[in-house]
Amino acid sequence: MNLHVNGENYQSDAGLTIGQLLKRLDLQAERVVLELNLNILNSTDNLNTELHEGDKLEIIQFVGGG
Amino acid sequence: MDSLVIAGRKFNSRLMVGTGKFSSNNAMQSAMEASGCEIVTVALRRVDINNPGDSMLQHIDRERYLLLPNTSGARDAEEAVRLARLARAAGCEPWIKLEVTPDPYYLLPDPIETLKAAIILVKEGFNVLPYMPADPVLARHLEEAGTVTVMPLGAPIGTNRGIRTRDLINIIIEQANVPVVVDAGLGAPSHAAEAMEMGADAVLVNTALADTANPAEMGEAFKKGVEAGRMAYLAGLGPQRGKAQASSPLTGFLREE
Repeated sequence: MNLHVNGENYQSDAGLTIGQLLKRLDLQAERVVLELNLNILNSTDNLNTELHEGDKLEIIQFVGGG
Repeated sequence: MDSLVIAGRKFNSRLMVGTGKFSSNNAMQSAMEASGCEIVTVALRRVDINNPGDSMLQHIDRERYLLLPNTSGARDAEEAVRLARLARAAGCEPWIKLEVTPDPYYLLPDPIETLKAAIILVKEGFNVLPYMPADPVLARHLEEAGTVTVMPLGAPIGTNRGIRTRDLINIIIEQANVPVVVDAGLGAPSHAAEAMEMGADAVLVNTALADTANPAEMGEAFKKGVEAGRMAYLAGLGPQRGKAQASSPLTGFLREE
């Protein structure tokens, strides 16, 4: 299936969960916050949430800023 | 130094520090440490999924510093509200430095969108610290909307040009019932001291600390500038005069009259 992750196309097998995706990207759930189709998700509570064709996922983190 | 109270929370330091643009996490940490700050700002951005890197949060002691996420990058109220909600979902306390800067050249805050976002975020229970043009009328509106500070700019972000909005900030300080934090443009400890001498309650500095070869020394220099300025304000500055007033006696000169 085709996902949009942080504005980029991302191909994956059907049934991919958020936890699996984060693992693939080498990201710990605790350090990011997620927005799935404009709905905010707590990353640690949604590790088993399955992604679907066309989903738009934003993976966001804190960076330095003034 | 007397303490600063924002939204009922007490702080011993009147210097807030931004964490952007440091050459390394070590440089950032040493500047924070030396500055004595208790509030540090951070931004929210997409993870680079091709190169996630490490998380800067692991370099900030959350017991010691209040993390103040900003809404930088927001071009309108809607984007700012979205970023604020994400910051809260990320586990931050509901404190938000509201920034709406649609203009990419001077990064000047949009007064209308800032006020709109402030009204929404206050209703959602955020402690809102709005970055704003040095406009006393807008400061009133933001305060009425329930923001916990007002944060007028001294000069555009990152310019190091000091307080170019002095007369307007003076009016904001005179009228405000919430702490006034001078944000943006402060490039030297003397600028920070000037803001504090004017009666500002705090200042926020980032570029001046990040954009130097010695962030720790600059952090300490700003700490001293802020403390000196606050102390002078509390002591009460003498009046300015148009004509000279001798400091030495005007009698007993060694000359014939």
